[in-house]
Amino acid sequence: MSSAAPAEVQAAVEDQDSVVAILRARWVAIRSGDVGSLPVIIGIIAIALFFNSKTSLFFSAVNFQNLIGQMAGVTVIAIGVVFVLLIGEIDLSIGFVSGLGGVAVAYFQQAGTGHQYPGLVALGLAILTGLVIGLIQGSIIAFIGVPSFVVTLAGLLVSQGLILQILGTQGVIGIQNVQINDISNYVLSKNTGWIVAIILTVALAAAAFGSYVSRLRAGLPTGNLFLVVVRVAFFGGVAFAAVYVCNRAKPRPGLPLVGLIVVFLVVLGGYVASRTTFGRHVYAVGGNAEATRRAGINVKLIRILVFMISGAMAAMGGVILASRLNGISLESAGGGTILLDSISAAVIGGVSLFGGRGRVSGALFGGLIIGMVANGIDLVGYSDAIKFITTGVILLAAVTLDTVLRRRQAAAGR
Amino acid sequence: MNATPTPTLELRGVSKNFGSVQALQDVDFEVRQGEVMALVGDNGAGKSTLIKCVAGIYSIDGGQIFFEGEPVTIHGPKDAAKLGIEVVYQDLALCDNLDVVQNMYLGREAHDPVFRLREAPMERRTAETLKSLSVTTIRSVRQPVATLSGGQRQSVAVARAVLWNNKLVFLDEPTAALGVAQTRQVLDLVKRLAEQGLAVVLVSHNLVDVFEVANRITVLRLGRNVGVYERSKTNEQEIVEAITFGAPAPEEVVA
Ligand SMILES: Nc1ncnc2c1ncn2[C@@H]1O[C@H](COP(=O)(O)OP(=O)(O)O)[C@@H](O)[C@H]1O
Ligand SMILES: [Mg+2]
Repeated sequence: MSSAAPAEVQAAVEDQDSVVAILRARWVAIRSGDVGSLPVIIGIIAIALFFNSKTSLFFSAVNFQNLIGQMAGVTVIAIGVVFVLLIGEIDLSIGFVSGLGGVAVAYFQQAGTGHQYPGLVALGLAILTGLVIGLIQGSIIAFIGVPSFVVTLAGLLVSQGLILQILGTQGVIGIQNVQINDISNYVLSKNTGWIVAIILTVALAAAAFGSYVSRLRAGLPTGNLFLVVVRVAFFGGVAFAAVYVCNRAKPRPGLPLVGLIVVFLVVLGGYVASRTTFGRHVYAVGGNAEATRRAGINVKLIRILVFMISGAMAAMGGVILASRLNGISLESAGGGTILLDSISAAVIGGVSLFGGRGRVSGALFGGLIIGMVANGIDLVGYSDAIKFITTGVILLAAVTLDTVLRRRQAAAGR
Repeated sequence: MNATPTPTLELRGVSKNFGSVQALQDVDFEVRQGEVMALVGDNGAGKSTLIKCVAGIYSIDGGQIFFEGEPVTIHGPKDAAKLGIEVVYQDLALCDNLDVVQNMYLGREAHDPVFRLREAPMERRTAETLKSLSVTTIRSVRQPVATLSGGQRQSVAVARAVLWNNKLVFLDEPTAALGVAQTRQVLDLVKRLAEQGLAVVLVSHNLVDVFEVANRITVLRLGRNVGVYERSKTNEQEIVEAITFGAPAPEEVVA
């Protein structure tokens, strides 16, 4: 209407992209409760410094390599948890579904039986098991409206029963298949590691600059090029540092393959959540399911697909855990702290229990924190009691932060 | 004053029951292109129910709905959207956690063949649409709607209707929770919608608002249509009486 408007808009666009303006906008967002991954990064640094002050082993190359293997299973399971939390639901079955995944992969490679298949087929069947369980649970939740808490509690018991049933006679199935054992135990050669770091950095740069250029072409606010470069340099640097450290680990130098699998799944999950229509609808269901339904989106289908993702990721995590132990037993199959660690990882990674807020990368950050605490406490020689209490306190802090921030964000509007 | 002889939307003898509650009984209703039709009535008169029937949230138990002269059956929100009907709900059908662009395009995202979102065109058209409606107070279309004021949120919800080149927009109590200045913003927006050639149905309790923007007024009482009034030929007194007691004199009813 007024002739001044276009000039104002233009000024706002330019102003918006300066480093100072971006930092100031970030600060305003933080104060209004949108803290992003800030607390988790501070947490990671604090925990690392603490354990480093207790034992020099913590920052050794071999321990870093070991940590990657230790955190991999829970982190992958937590990716599925992120999706479930994003739609405002919960999945308590993931622990024993992961156990079932481990049992399935071991069962379908068992030598000298009628059900011995190649490693990748066994892996596929394990993931299929998770998908089917997710389909059943999700359908009951979406179509009948039974709360996910109860449905997945039943799923937990049923999965545990199935594990007992299958393992019952022997109590354990060993994994001889090389492909499956390689999932958690193979380390890349030094040079392959470097190539991986280069490919990751180039891909990251291509994605970042690609989106910068396409926004520039469309005449939209682009963000600041300098900050884009800093971000690419930082994450590229992390990739190179990880390869460098792993290549110095003794006795088996090299980047663990499982680390690459975890990064691949986190990136894939993050892509699905933030770059596809499906991911957009996942966030929408968690934000306001009724509004999403009125916008013509099939909310039931979204819910079912999310529980299928959760089941598949749990099974994949279970395969990783079984591969690490070269077999599955009644003790290792899905019990212990797997369920609570996986949910804690997602929540500590900044994913809201109230639905609609958080990122898939939170699974990686949260998995790292849980893994570091367990690893560090074992190294220092504290008891399991201390491990549980520490993890519990961190979880409580994360949930409290989430609740406070949510209230703050709600108060910032209106 | 009406641009087309055929109403954009016409209801003939529509009924809707919730168990023993007759929310709508044999209701006739129409709205034409380029006009603001106010829909008024006491709490529980059936205003929201009428909207939800046309939006495909509820199915009707009797009667017939015509859209641009053609009989239609609306089975769900998708059907309503296909016809070009947009509803801005009383309880604001926005997702707080999504930003302005994401809300404007919810359920109709621009994407490539592999369902990858095309953010740039969505962001550009959102900004253009807000500008064309003179919604200038929203600083960034990338901020979550949770951080917007009530008036801004309402503006986003209304602008969504324009973005989709809709033909008919329902606004259910759009100013109920707003202060004076924000009410002003939204009423201006309502007028602009009609100027852009849409048919607008405005539900409101506030007769001052209604008399400011509406061309005609339909009064519902206990699920029945008790009269349709030209704004220029009526006054607040008469509307209040119709809302409260119903049954106007027959010559005041425009068929
Ligand atoms: N989902 C529903 N279930 C049962 N009764 C309903 C439902 N929605 C509305 N009603 C009833 O229908 C009547 C009309 O309600 P409504 O359309 O919301 O009125 P208004 O929007 O005019 O205040 C009221 O008596 C209300 O209690
Ligand atoms: Mg109402």
